[in-house]
Amino acid sequence: MKFLRDQLDRVAPLFEKGGKLEKLYPIYEAQDTILFTPGEVTKGKTHVRDALDLKRMMIMVVVALVPAILMALYNTGLQANTLIHGGNAQPLDAWQTSLFHAIAGSYEPTLINNVLHGAMWFIPLFAITGIVGGLVEVVSAIKRGHEVNEGFLVTMFLFPLSLPPTLPLWQAGLGIAFGVIFAKEVFGGTGMNVLNVALTGRAFLFFAYPGQISGDQPWIAATVTDGASGATWLAQFAADGTLAKSLESAGTLGQTWLNGFWGFVPGSMGETSAFACLLGAAILIASQIGSWRTMIGVAVGTAATGFLLNAVAGEASAAIYHMPWYFHFVLGGWAFGTVFMATDPVTSAFTEKGKLVYGFMIGVMVVLVRVVNPAYPEGMMLAILFMNMFAPLIDHVFVQANIKRRVARGS
Amino acid sequence: MQELLSLATKSIFVENMALAYFLGMCSFLAVSKKVETAFGLGMAVTFVLAVTVPLNNLLYNYVLREGALSWISDDMASTDLSFLSFLALIGTIAASVQVVEMALDKYAPALYSALGVFLPLIAVNCAILGASLFMVERDYGLAESAVFGVGSGIGWMLAIVALAALREKMRYSNVPPALRGLGITFILTGLMAIGFMAFAGIQL
Repeated sequence: MKFLRDQLDRVAPLFEKGGKLEKLYPIYEAQDTILFTPGEVTKGKTHVRDALDLKRMMIMVVVALVPAILMALYNTGLQANTLIHGGNAQPLDAWQTSLFHAIAGSYEPTLINNVLHGAMWFIPLFAITGIVGGLVEVVSAIKRGHEVNEGFLVTMFLFPLSLPPTLPLWQAGLGIAFGVIFAKEVFGGTGMNVLNVALTGRAFLFFAYPGQISGDQPWIAATVTDGASGATWLAQFAADGTLAKSLESAGTLGQTWLNGFWGFVPGSMGETSAFACLLGAAILIASQIGSWRTMIGVAVGTAATGFLLNAVAGEASAAIYHMPWYFHFVLGGWAFGTVFMATDPVTSAFTEKGKLVYGFMIGVMVVLVRVVNPAYPEGMMLAILFMNMFAPLIDHVFVQANIKRRVARGS
Repeated sequence: MQELLSLATKSIFVENMALAYFLGMCSFLAVSKKVETAFGLGMAVTFVLAVTVPLNNLLYNYVLREGALSWISDDMASTDLSFLSFLALIGTIAASVQVVEMALDKYAPALYSALGVFLPLIAVNCAILGASLFMVERDYGLAESAVFGVGSGIGWMLAIVALAALREKMRYSNVPPALRGLGITFILTGLMAIGFMAFAGIQL
């Protein structure tokens, strides 16, 4: 430790005002604050100090993400290995698959093999996100003269977790670059954005390259052959209105729900396991970083709208109307989005009552997009982005109402 | 009835004037700094749309379109005045904007002065002429025109009020100097349009 500190102190004059590398100060500062707690304290009279600073807050989110990351590694491998081993899919012609096969020797779905195969897909996407996004972050920090801070750390995890495993690496790089530049840096950096950064990047990819991020193909890291399906369960429910009935008569409806809950289904890497997200939610709520009001709001909105649409579903309704409402909670990105994206303290509503309304409306919107809109089987990303736009308006209404009430009380 | 309801939903969300067609951009970008003002302009635009689209519908169907004048005499059954469409439609619009302007000047002077030049400019707001032209193009009936006018207005108001709230929040953002003002608002409008894509593809 002493050695590190000495090294940092030795190069410090280079980066400080008047030093040769003055322009690169943010890079030095970032290294320094990652390794050590900064020694500076605020000057001036007002001094509010809380142990929960930006750094701890962001690290807590990453800690909360650990179960989802582990599930992403395991499930990505599990989906590919099971299908390939069972003869229902061909290995992809990709360096990731070849490398995995060279190391593991077979596609047998054991724990180690699954995690290894999952890592082959997750790690490169994670790395490219970190490299490209980090580069954008550092360049703009140098240009704009702000610090490289922990805000990007969370985005760096959220973004690859929200991607399908087979997304081309260049697209992931393009997506995160778009997200960081147009959703964050043009607004001035961490804490000043109005839309969720990871979701904006993903939405850009979703509309620019739909072939690689939607449909039935990208969710499993293998070429699915006849007799099996690589489609997500949401897409399957949207394609077949009697699916719920036939699952029920086969006695596997509950099992299907549980599979979705534990996360053993195809989908974007981090989103499949509602259970992992629930663990994350517990951490976020216990540390008071994620708002339980938002999460409850989303849950109630989803349940109410889903229930209502189930009730009005008739013979002529689209197939997805017949998906039982409680499936909304475990399929697609619902859990991941609710816990990690909707609760983003920067882009969600600030007022306590506003958070309830904001969450509720996300819940309503996600079911509407999933069920009423035939264009997209999944709606969590668009629902959250849509409500991000209205969060300040919700706040405005509640703040003005509060002002009015207090003025009335005073007069 | 159900058709009218779907038309209303469609014009508010799916085919939002501001964020799906990018109509009425000049006032959308210029008068979205404060929520109250934006709301006032939104109400004015909604009112003008609600009045002009059905009025223009009558005008088009009974005066302008080919054969529309047959109610006067059979000789005029082949008269086609549709080359006058733009002129006639914008005339209705300008007249109703005048009414709104005088009403606001008398009853809401604060809003009147806050809207400034953008109030008379509603007359040349492309969202409003656009709605009338969509009405002509899609062959709406009178009831449909009324619903479409109100729906488009509410959709536009929703968009501008949301943008205004976002911009109020962004007062604390450290936007690069070169992008301050209109630049960042254009980017924001683009991002909002991505959000509104949630409705794209809904068949009603």
